[in-house]
This record gives sequence, structure tokens and C-alpha cells, in this order.
Amino acid sequence: MNFNYKIKGGDFSAAGRASSEIKKILKKLNVNPKVIKRIVVALYEAEVNVVAHADKGSINAEIDSEKIRITVVDEGPGIADIDLAMTEGFSTASSKVREMGFGAGMGLPNMKKNADILNIKSKVGQGTMVELITFFKS
Amino acid sequence: MTIEKIAKILDAKLVCGKQMLKQNIEYGFASDLMSDVLTLDEENVVLITGLTNMQTLRTAEMAEIPCVIFVRNKKASKEMIQIANENDMVIIECKYSMFKTIGILYENKLEPVY
Ligand SMILES: Nc1ncnc2c1ncn2[C@@H]1O[C@H](COP(=O)(O)OP(=O)(O)O)[C@@H](O)[C@H]1O
Ligand SMILES: [Mg+2]
Repeated sequence: MNFNYKIKGGDFSAAGRASSEIKKILKKLNVNPKVIKRIVVALYEAEVNVVAHADKGSINAEIDSEKIRITVVDEGPGIADIDLAMTEGFSTASSKVREMGFGAGMGLPNMKKNADILNIKSKVGQGTMVELITFFKS
Repeated sequence: MTIEKIAKILDAKLVCGKQMLKQNIEYGFASDLMSDVLTLDEENVVLITGLTNMQTLRTAEMAEIPCVIFVRNKKASKEMIQIANENDMVIIECKYSMFKTIGILYENKLEPVY
């Protein structure tokens, strides 16, 4: 199964819609609720990152019987130093992002904690690709 | 403690989620930082917050938080109530400050997460 969603940069009122849709799909598929929580928490932080840091993006979710593979691709400033961005507390978020309850530099570390596999590729000035893979049974 | 008891001891208004009143809450977590809320592994947590926007509700939805308390008379919008209803979540509006709200819950033996 394959699902696609669009994300608008800066649109905080809509941030989380795609994550919510995917959560509903996983529930319908009777995935273990603990695993669903790990998947959607990581995805939601990734979705918020596009809204907070990029111009626009899209989410693709591929679901088969054993796993979900999510790619979050955006057009935006990209990440110059991914290792640095992964450090807890590192953030370039604007004050607007902080007013929304994000921007403490905890998103990427939490994505790493929750996803079974996290891959990030980025080109400065072009955009970022985040891949999140989680297996339904450990 | 049940959600019903929480609303009662805070003398607070239940905005939505009546069907969830008997659900048991074990832990309280107070934060305006949603990224921090998203790190919690515990279940049956009530979130006490002064942050009232769509992201508060989305965070509760993703983190499986069944009950959100808005302090200092902050109001839930129609869109927030809609997300709460879709996910069987309770929203409580409380007139007390963050400090007093948490103090009352703590005195009544609601457990901290950390
Ligand atoms: N999609 C993205 N596009 C550009 N920069 C990003 C993206 N995602 C993360 N970053 C960079 O990595 C930093 C850390 O991200 P994160 O851990 O999610 O914290 P936060 O979003 O709270 O700043 C961000 O502040 C930003 O500089
Ligand atoms: Mg982030």
C-alpha cells in the first residue's frame, strides 16, 4: 500500500494532518499500538520539521505486511551538518516555531529513538530527505 | 485517578470527551514544549499546558495522551475540539494558574513522570 501527502512550509495550523491520517491507517491495520505510537511520533516530528524549516514537501508511506517505510522529502534550505543537527538541543528554529511548542532541538534525536532505521540526506540550498523505517514486529 | 475526579478537584470545565470520564490517569506532565511531550513513553498521562494551538492537540493525538488541561482560562478552538472528538480525547479548561493546577493534582497523589 502506498500513501502520499503534501506539506506546506510555515502552515502550522495544518501540521500533523498527514501523521494523523497515517495513524488512522495503521490502527485499521491492527498494528500494535505501542509500535504505532513510535511510528507517528517520529513522523510527526519530521512533518513539523518541514513546516518549521522548509518551503514545501511531501510524505510518502509504503506499507507492507512487516514494515512501514516513510520518506519525507522537502525543498528548502537543507541541513549543512547533519551530525550537528542530530545533537540534542541544536536548533535554528525561529521564535514563531518556538511559540508553537517546537524548536528545542529535540526532534531529530527523538526520531532516531523511535524509528528502527533513520536515514537523512540533505543538500544545502536544495532540500532534505528523511527516511523512517519501522518494523511492526521486533 | 479518573478524568472525572481531575475535573472535579480543579473545579474545571469539561469541554469534550464526556464518554472518557471514567478513564484512569496515572501520570501528570506539565509542559509548553511539545517536543518534550513527544519523548514520553508512559501511558495514561494527563498533559497540563498553557499552550493552546493545534499542535497541542496533534501532539496529544500522536503521543496517545487521553486528556489535556488548558490552564489560566485558555480556551479550546472549534478545530481543537474536533481533533479531540475524532480521537476520544478529553479537553479540560481550568481557571487556575499552571502552578496551582499542578499543586492540586500533586497533592491528590497524581504521579509525576520523572
Ligand atoms: N527539513 C529540514 N530542513 C532544514 N533544516 C532542518 C530540517 N530538519 C531539521 N533541520 C535542522 O536541524 C535542526 C534540528 O532539528 P530538530 O532536532 O528537529 O530540532 P528543532 O526542529 O526543534 O529545531 C533544526 O533546527 C534545523 O536547523
Ligand atoms: Mg524539529
